[in-house]
Amino acid sequence: MSQLSDLYQEMILDHYRNPRNATPIANETHHAEGHNPLCGDDVEVHLQVQGGIVKEVAVRGVGCAISTASSSLMSEAIRGKSIAEIEQMFEKFHAMVTSPLEAAAPIDGLGKLEVFAGVRSYPVRIKCATLAWHALMAALQGSEQPVTTEAGE
Amino acid sequence: MKNVREATAFDVERVRQDFPVLDTGIAYLDNAATTQKPRRVIERVSRYYCEENANVHRGVHDLSEIATREYEGARRRIANHINAANEREIVFVRGTTEAINLVASSFVRPLLGDKSRILITALEHHSNVVPWQALCDETGARLDVAPIDDTGQLILEEFEKLLKLQPVIAAFLSVSNALGTVNPVSEMVAMCKLYGVPTLIDGAQSVPHEKVDVKQLNCDFFAFSAHKAFGPTGIGALYGREELLNTMRPYQFGGDMILSVSYEKTKYAPAPARFEAGTPNIAGAIGMGEAIAYLDEVGNFQEHERDLLERATRELKAIKGVRIIGTAKHKVGVVSFLLDDVHPHDIGTILNEGGVAVRAGHHCAQPLMRRFDIPGTCRASFAFYNNASDVDALIAGVKKAKEVFGS
Repeated sequence: MSQLSDLYQEMILDHYRNPRNATPIANETHHAEGHNPLCGDDVEVHLQVQGGIVKEVAVRGVGCAISTASSSLMSEAIRGKSIAEIEQMFEKFHAMVTSPLEAAAPIDGLGKLEVFAGVRSYPVRIKCATLAWHALMAALQGSEQPVTTEAGE
Repeated sequence: MKNVREATAFDVERVRQDFPVLDTGIAYLDNAATTQKPRRVIERVSRYYCEENANVHRGVHDLSEIATREYEGARRRIANHINAANEREIVFVRGTTEAINLVASSFVRPLLGDKSRILITALEHHSNVVPWQALCDETGARLDVAPIDDTGQLILEEFEKLLKLQPVIAAFLSVSNALGTVNPVSEMVAMCKLYGVPTLIDGAQSVPHEKVDVKQLNCDFFAFSAHKAFGPTGIGALYGREELLNTMRPYQFGGDMILSVSYEKTKYAPAPARFEAGTPNIAGAIGMGEAIAYLDEVGNFQEHERDLLERATRELKAIKGVRIIGTAKHKVGVVSFLLDDVHPHDIGTILNEGGVAVRAGHHCAQPLMRRFDIPGTCRASFAFYNNASDVDALIAGVKKAKEVFGS
């Protein structure tokens, strides 16, 4: 059961119970929705971007512990960051949760987000951890279409 | 009339030996999604491919004759099992979903106008919602949904009120895949007859649990899948009253469903061939026939299944924070539940870690979940090969989830 406690770490449970940055923001510039049709998880990402920097962020959604905590921790991690930094962060995060256990790349520079490293032991839960991130990338790219986990991971 | 077998004591440990996958030690409680297959069905499909493989209904050579005999033999077995008048009332389809789509397209569609209505219930699986919705979008007809009460039981008086509006068809499930509610289908069909409304029963969840008798039910159509009743995936059956089937337009067009073809005019074969265009799933049908034969021989497992459901329900209720969704008086095979504020998927992951397979989510019944104002549930669903240890593993897993989430 040690993998289970890797997955459900205290920080994840805390962010599941008390999601951060859930209150709406003013002067929103970017917005996107993410949806996982298989499990019904929904997430909305709202951003205020000025001069290439994410000034304000709000995330809201319905989902499991992993997806809710992932949205919440993501919202903390991206505030004040440039779009280029966020893209890099997403790449690292994606690599961390999708890399097979035996070929796990060393994780660094992700700070609190490293708490999601345990997800890679649970392939069916990867989509839970990445849903908010996909919605975030769609928002930054100005996509009108809600992103769905079923268009390929 | 069918053979009524002598009541023999049901021996779950003996039956478990028929299912190779159970040797892995898994507590498989996702039977409403699909059941495991007994060795006998697996071997029957394999034997067909090893010894009998040929196309059917083209019997100039011996092998084709054998394949045809086995394919049609499976149809007869299925007809006998559900007490159809004869095997011509059994159409092979891909599964319950295709059966419902067939009725929607070939029976209901030609009868619809913009004033028409279609009646379903609030318990339905998406497969008995979406095909009707699509027809309504196309024709302007209206979809009526008979409501349920807070226990997940259909409100019969409301169903009857909607029948008075003369729907073109009333389509309803016999057992709810999401909650386990057993609908009073005999009573519902009788009501429909009173108002002259044709009936389609989605029997996907009843065939693995109880004896179905379409003659007694007196329904017009009855749809079910093999894979939910110990048979292969990709095959199922639509029962339809023969005189009705023969008035219906074909569902798909091609070979094997015709009497004669010229460029001016094609004459369609009578049922069931009329609805079986193209080379059918021969191996699947034969496997389905074998599964039905197995089901007939397993014996009286109803009491055993009742015990499992009661035990699981009782022990889940004893865990503080567990809320059972679906508490109808008459239930079979399914217990759906929530634990405090823990999301069903997280419970599912933790149960999986303990070797327990359940379904977590909306169970292809999103409107039903909305009725209870929940995103989904964790669902344990039983088959006769489940035993008390499976229930114990479920309970231990739920307690573990409670511990992990400190709820």
